[in-house]
Amino acid sequence: MQSQRLFNLLTLLILVILTVGLLIYTELAASAYIHRIVVGLAISIILVVSLNLINGMTGVFSLGQIGFMAIGAYTAAILTLPLSIKEGNLPDLPSWLAQVELSFLPATLLAGLLAMIVAFLVGLSLMRLSGPYVSVATLGFLVIVQVILVNWDEMTRGSRTFSGVPPFTTLWWAWGWTILTIYIGWRIAQSMYGRRMIAVRDNQIAAQSLGINVMRSRLLAYCLSAFFTAVAGSLWAHFILSFSPKSFYFVETFSVITMLVIGGMGSVSGSILGAVLITVLSEILRNAERGIAIGPIDIPPVYGASQILMSIIFILVIVFRPKGLLGGREIDFNRFWSWLLLKKPGKPVIQGKEVE
Amino acid sequence: MLTLEDVNVYYGQVHALKGVTIEVKEGELVALLGANGAGKSTTLMTVSGILRPHSGHIHYEGRDLTRSSPYDIVQFGIGHCPEGRHIFGSLTVRENLLMGAVQRKDQAEVLSDMEWVCSLFPVLAERIRQSGATLSGGEQQMLAIGRALMGRPRLLLMDEPSLGLAPVIVQLIFRVIKQLHQQGVTILLVEQNARQALQVANLCYLMETGRVVMSGPVEALRTNPEVERIYLGGSAA
Amino acid sequence: MTTLQYLTQQGINAISIGSLYALMAIGLAMVFGILRLINFAHGDLIMVGSYGALLLLVLGTPFWVAALGGIVASTIAGLLMERVAYRPIRGAPDVSMLLTSFAVTILLENVAILVFSPTPRAFPAPSFLNSTFRFGQLQISKIDVVAIIVAVILLVLLTLFVTRTKLGISMRAASEDLLAARLMGINVNGVIATAFALGSMMAGVVGLLWSARVGKVDPLMGFYPVLKAFVASVIGGLGSLPGAVLGGFLLGFLEILLQGLLPSSLAPFRDAFVFVALIILLLFRPNGIMGSAEREKI
Repeated sequence: MQSQRLFNLLTLLILVILTVGLLIYTELAASAYIHRIVVGLAISIILVVSLNLINGMTGVFSLGQIGFMAIGAYTAAILTLPLSIKEGNLPDLPSWLAQVELSFLPATLLAGLLAMIVAFLVGLSLMRLSGPYVSVATLGFLVIVQVILVNWDEMTRGSRTFSGVPPFTTLWWAWGWTILTIYIGWRIAQSMYGRRMIAVRDNQIAAQSLGINVMRSRLLAYCLSAFFTAVAGSLWAHFILSFSPKSFYFVETFSVITMLVIGGMGSVSGSILGAVLITVLSEILRNAERGIAIGPIDIPPVYGASQILMSIIFILVIVFRPKGLLGGREIDFNRFWSWLLLKKPGKPVIQGKEVE
Repeated sequence: MLTLEDVNVYYGQVHALKGVTIEVKEGELVALLGANGAGKSTTLMTVSGILRPHSGHIHYEGRDLTRSSPYDIVQFGIGHCPEGRHIFGSLTVRENLLMGAVQRKDQAEVLSDMEWVCSLFPVLAERIRQSGATLSGGEQQMLAIGRALMGRPRLLLMDEPSLGLAPVIVQLIFRVIKQLHQQGVTILLVEQNARQALQVANLCYLMETGRVVMSGPVEALRTNPEVERIYLGGSAA
Repeated sequence: MTTLQYLTQQGINAISIGSLYALMAIGLAMVFGILRLINFAHGDLIMVGSYGALLLLVLGTPFWVAALGGIVASTIAGLLMERVAYRPIRGAPDVSMLLTSFAVTILLENVAILVFSPTPRAFPAPSFLNSTFRFGQLQISKIDVVAIIVAVILLVLLTLFVTRTKLGISMRAASEDLLAARLMGINVNGVIATAFALGSMMAGVVGLLWSARVGKVDPLMGFYPVLKAFVASVIGGLGSLPGAVLGGFLLGFLEILLQGLLPSSLAPFRDAFVFVALIILLLFRPNGIMGSAEREKI
């Protein structure tokens, strides 16, 4: 097995080097358009991996995680907004806030912390529910956050656009956080604890008999997920530079859920794969929406076509591969290499001992 | 009347029935015995079409049932009284019985059958307008049997009718089973209570971990020490 | 206006809104009971019914014909939805079914935006519906009265259906124990189709009443109603028909109550309060009011 682990580590190292290489290339040579997509991809990955922590690994399917993204975005943006802009845009801010202007990292961390606290308090009541009830209740949370954001004018400018956010999100910030999130997600999933959670995710009785404290593990997953989702919110806020409560509602929720489901719930690599696929697909479709010419045929602009196609793809995946493209498992590098090197399918490149 | 030939059934990855072959002739009362998890309920569920065999065949009166739906199988005259009763708690006793006859078109006959069932189990008549959930365990079992009978089945599958019931009720139920048998209903009876089952049955099949390990006329098995070993846990009868 | 008149007016308001929520919640409950499916797309059936009626109205047909047409449209849409999107995934884990309904919603809404444009269109309800009854200072809008009467009629008919007909009893049986229903030889496909058809029919009716009430239709009009219908269903206990009705009326009353009691500064937070109330309810009765009080020991 030592050789197996070494092999996996080697593959991982190659991936990391490739990724860093791609990032450097993007930073130096790629167009602004590609640059934007790569940053956006990082944020999406954080969102999906965080979503996987709660939706993929526990028996709770939360529909409200984007609420935490909103909390993260607004909190961090309020904290980093330059004082002069604060005076202009948020004149009624309480004085202790009006005088604060933080840099990126502290603001993001505070935003994440706030989200975690909210998650803890909300989770105390919600995480004991199950099945459809917890889904509807978390949806309620999303609506509550939306209502608060739209009506708390002093803090959020209500439904008006919140702008003037300093453009702190660089490629490196975004991907730095992404790598951290992936690492933590991976460690949890791979730990004995994580593996047990996934195995019994839909069966509470089995979970309890394995000595898993269901409430505690759910609460932990919920809070961690909230933290990273809020971080993603902060990154996004300082990337897009202006937003409103509408930016954090159902369309975004469906988008992130689609990425998770397509890649495979319960799998960290699946989450990443889903994020990459959907991001690429969305871009292609969005361009197509404006009308393209394929040879002699002119396809006219079709508004909403990308959404329609996405939902059709989603339904197809659920019907034919309900566990996602990776079947809920992590990427098996062995299979990948043997496929790549055109060896006999299924025969691992490195022979490991059969794990019973 | 009913034959299972080399039937293999999988629950996901678990190989629940391994090459099961069983024959039930018309008019017989066949007991299917075995310990918990032997595959007895799985067998009945497969006959009823809830589970589909991976391989093997099921024949009933010349028809191949292997790929038939539960709807069709009930149509062919096979009734099922499931393990754990599964009565409709929020429906009244009367509505439960009506559901047993849901496929029948002969309204008048259905009503007279309901009277007949109530004569078999008078307590059901008393509680006819009560909801199923308010009945005791024994009464629910009687309702489950009555409901299965409402379909006028030619073959009746019964799964552990005595489970969890007081001895007096068990006696009553087995009396009714014997009576039904005498009236010509073919019965495939799954039981853990081997003693009672062997008293009413003609033939017996013994299952262990998904396989049929022994079969034969009841007299032969009653004195067979293997049967004692497998799970009577002591002296038979 | 005296307090009594005010209370009566608000009471009727509450019953009227509650009726609409109840009708929607029942549609959801029927489908959830049998399939364990939370059908988000149920809201879009309201939209389909309304646009169907609108199209016919624009073509000049009398209101009754258009109304019928709208209801037929939503019923067909519901049946199609079941056949195409939900039957293939029957038996899938609950989460998959929930997500699929999400996808169907997005699909339907975007198609509607494509076909009808996102801007709301006026819904020309017949003039007699737009007027009010006056009793001194008391004003009761006719549409409210119609909504209540229609809801009562439909609920009575539905009750008769599920208690007196074989199909209706089969629906209740399948809702309680699908396995036993199959063992009895109940035609499960037929029962499920019936549940969808009835629910969609009622969604069509709600669509008409809703559009007449607010005077317009738009592709996203089903979104908030279905959310409210969920809350109503959950309040009453998912899958329970009487629970859905109870939940619908309770929600109607809760909304009107909050509207009246909340100081104007907090008035926009009404929806948030409703959800908070829901969460508090779920803490004490995790399965809704009519659901069991059994809590899984976590």
